[in-house]
Amino acid sequence: MQITLIIAALLILSSVAYVVGSRRALAVGRTGKVRLHSRSQYHGAYAALWCALPSLLLIVLWSIAEPQIAEWILIARLPDAARALEPDRLNLLILDVRSLAGGNIVSGDLDPALQAAAEDYNRFRTLGLAAMVVVAVAVGAFGAVRAVRLVGPAYRARNEVEKIVRGIMLVASTIAVLTTLGIVLSLLFEALRFFAEVPFFDFLFGLHWSPQTALRADQVGASGAFGAVPLFAGTFLITFIAMCVAAPIGLLSAIYMSEYAGPRFRATAKPMLEILAGVPTVVYGFFAALTVAPFVRNFGESLGLSVSSESALAAGGVMGIMIIPFISSLSDDVMNAVPQSLRDGAYALGATKSETIKQVIFPAALPGIVGGLLLAVSRAIGETMIVVMAAGLAANLSANPLEAVTTVTVQIVTLLVGDQEFDSAKTLAAFALGLVLFTVTLTLNVAALYIVRRYREKYD
Amino acid sequence: MTDAAQFAEPAGRSKLSPARLARRRAAERRFRLYGLGAVFTGAAILLLLLGTIVANGYTAFFQTEIVLEIEFDPETIDPDGTRDPEILRFANYQTLVHRAMQAQFPEVTERRAKRTLVRMISSGAGLTLQNMVLSDPGLIGGSQTVWLKTSDDIDSFAKGKIARDVAAADRRVKDQEIAWFDTLEARGAVRSKFNTTFFATGDSREPELAGIRGAVVGSFLTLLVTLVLSFPAGVLAAVYLEEFAPKNRWTDLIEVNINNLAAVPSIVFGLLGLAVFLNFFGLPRSAPLVGGMVLALMTLPTIIIAGRAALKAVPPSVREAALGVGASHLQAVTHHVLPLAMPGMLTGTIIGMAQALGESAPLLMIGMVAFIVDVPGGFTDPSTVLPVQIYLWADSPERAFVAKTSAAIMVLLAFLIAMNALAVVVRKRFERRW
Repeated sequence: MQITLIIAALLILSSVAYVVGSRRALAVGRTGKVRLHSRSQYHGAYAALWCALPSLLLIVLWSIAEPQIAEWILIARLPDAARALEPDRLNLLILDVRSLAGGNIVSGDLDPALQAAAEDYNRFRTLGLAAMVVVAVAVGAFGAVRAVRLVGPAYRARNEVEKIVRGIMLVASTIAVLTTLGIVLSLLFEALRFFAEVPFFDFLFGLHWSPQTALRADQVGASGAFGAVPLFAGTFLITFIAMCVAAPIGLLSAIYMSEYAGPRFRATAKPMLEILAGVPTVVYGFFAALTVAPFVRNFGESLGLSVSSESALAAGGVMGIMIIPFISSLSDDVMNAVPQSLRDGAYALGATKSETIKQVIFPAALPGIVGGLLLAVSRAIGETMIVVMAAGLAANLSANPLEAVTTVTVQIVTLLVGDQEFDSAKTLAAFALGLVLFTVTLTLNVAALYIVRRYREKYD
Repeated sequence: MTDAAQFAEPAGRSKLSPARLARRRAAERRFRLYGLGAVFTGAAILLLLLGTIVANGYTAFFQTEIVLEIEFDPETIDPDGTRDPEILRFANYQTLVHRAMQAQFPEVTERRAKRTLVRMISSGAGLTLQNMVLSDPGLIGGSQTVWLKTSDDIDSFAKGKIARDVAAADRRVKDQEIAWFDTLEARGAVRSKFNTTFFATGDSREPELAGIRGAVVGSFLTLLVTLVLSFPAGVLAAVYLEEFAPKNRWTDLIEVNINNLAAVPSIVFGLLGLAVFLNFFGLPRSAPLVGGMVLALMTLPTIIIAGRAALKAVPPSVREAALGVGASHLQAVTHHVLPLAMPGMLTGTIIGMAQALGESAPLLMIGMVAFIVDVPGGFTDPSTVLPVQIYLWADSPERAFVAKTSAAIMVLLAFLIAMNALAVVVRKRFERRW
């Protein structure tokens, strides 16, 4: 809230800087003796940028660092006895002081030393905020004054503004790289902490998954087995079922749409498939759990089969439906990119349409289609909501599509939803799974994009 | 044989036999049918999906109510007659409901039957009465007819979701309750009314009191953060990469990166948010601020890719003309290219926002799955979003939540359709073909 106010104040300050800067430039220009190098708006914008950017940077740095500094000061003010506590207890104490400082009631009796610490803490925070406001405004004002004093006929304000704007653009375009870096680092960091507790090969090749960590050393049945093979197998099974549903339907409808359908049919059928692509995955999950799973179960039981109510078939089937539009639109694009001359050549030899498609267009488009299928597989592997809602939680190592299996994404969600302490092997395991998921999907994506790009170049 | 006859019957004639031709034509027809079948399968699945949702969900927009003559007994509400709001607030209004319900069926005397009887009315009825009394304390001492919501089971029964012909043991509504309900209906004391509660309140454990307002507001706040962060960043990045970036390894890296980021599973973004925003920067859990930041990172590639495509579509002659009359590179872009590319960029942004609105997996990771009754009032209040609310309700054991879930899905789909329609309109109206 206070931050919002400060930012609003800065905005006002920088608009003032803009007005002052551009007025001054106009005044210089009006003397008529010399021509300004840059138009007055650029002088104004230069002043505004110099006012806003440094102080904004300052605010961002301060809001990142302030809680940490406040905590150090708090610890320094605590009585010696409290500082000697082990880290866990100390953290609790700090939380207590914080809520005391926030004006909340703390359970247990009030220690005067704690109260003093809380008051100190509060005083520091108000003081820190006030200091930050003063410094930010001062920096902003200084920047604005500096920019306004530079206004003159020879000053190249436009070039300077453009330099700054280009810098901002460069920063914006690196956000994507920073995101990837953040993903890789956070997954790696937490996964390494996990592998310090559970050996890497036990995780990757272990056949037993039961992610319980013992509360006491002598607890029964809480061995905590982190063998992820059943999860990989389950993910693979569900993805396989999904591809069995999606690949034929998606490919055939793409063929029909790109080769047979008239423009009117396309105009109605294409948006329909696009709606299918736009339906949120949570809706598919609900559909799978409420409609498809009971149907599969009843149908199987009428045939005398025993079907789990969370069968892999239901989850995989619905996931396949989700992927149909993805495959069909990708392969539609690819087949449209096949040059007309190949078609004409085949027709001239007397081939029928279907023969042309099967023997000329499909082979020509195959690399692109394979790329599309790989992308679809990567999507199915990473899909979360459908399996969370319709697949099981128990890690069965089974290839039977009628049984309940679990997937990597389901386990990530179940391990991390709810309140957990953040340093148990159980929660860290989720990050190890996330790392595997990220690596596999990234590999698939890179491969698919490479294949598709190579293919495009061939016919461009 | 003449030459002409020889010419008409070449050596390969037998291969073009009518049987073979028929076979090839049949194969052609078959193949075409497969394709048509695939398209129709897709369409049929879509219809089935939407049909199930609507069939399950439309009843949730209505709520069964029972009219009762409530006596606002001063002894129960405010025995000392102080009219102190604190006392009025904590009075036992449920008792009033119980009495009124028992007055409808004086013949019910057995304790268990009485309990079943009063349970036909929603447990939120007391709250309704409390609000009535708080806003008008003059009601105390008098009596008034009030329409009160039925419990979720009775509501489901009234809507035909619980069939009469099921064996009584398997039925959530017992024979006794059916008899009472029929009596009430015969007296004209039952009505079905548009369910305003569903749109006006937050979540609740009682299906008849649960609403989507909290989730819708949460979604709105989250999307606002997403839009504010990802739109400027996306546009700037797209402009830089398309117009300014030198062709070097760094640019190539950024480009490959963006393409890959677009295909990273959404749940990985959730892990990033959990590890970086929550644990490293210590931002609040379950807050729309954090949710919006995570979704912004997720939609950024979509916006950048769409933005670059839109910039590419602007012909170079526009740029060259601007440069030719002396504009700087940045002026040419901001004054001429960007306005022409804006519709395309906006379309991409709207589609990205629609994706973000339907996304739930990454938000599960950052704690937006909590049971939250209050409607969030700010960016750091704990809240949930519409898709996550759907997930939560879908997991609830109460049968009546199935209808609520489907209704919430209908609302979500309505929003999505509206956004996509907006994207189409923007594209159709403002896009220029060169």
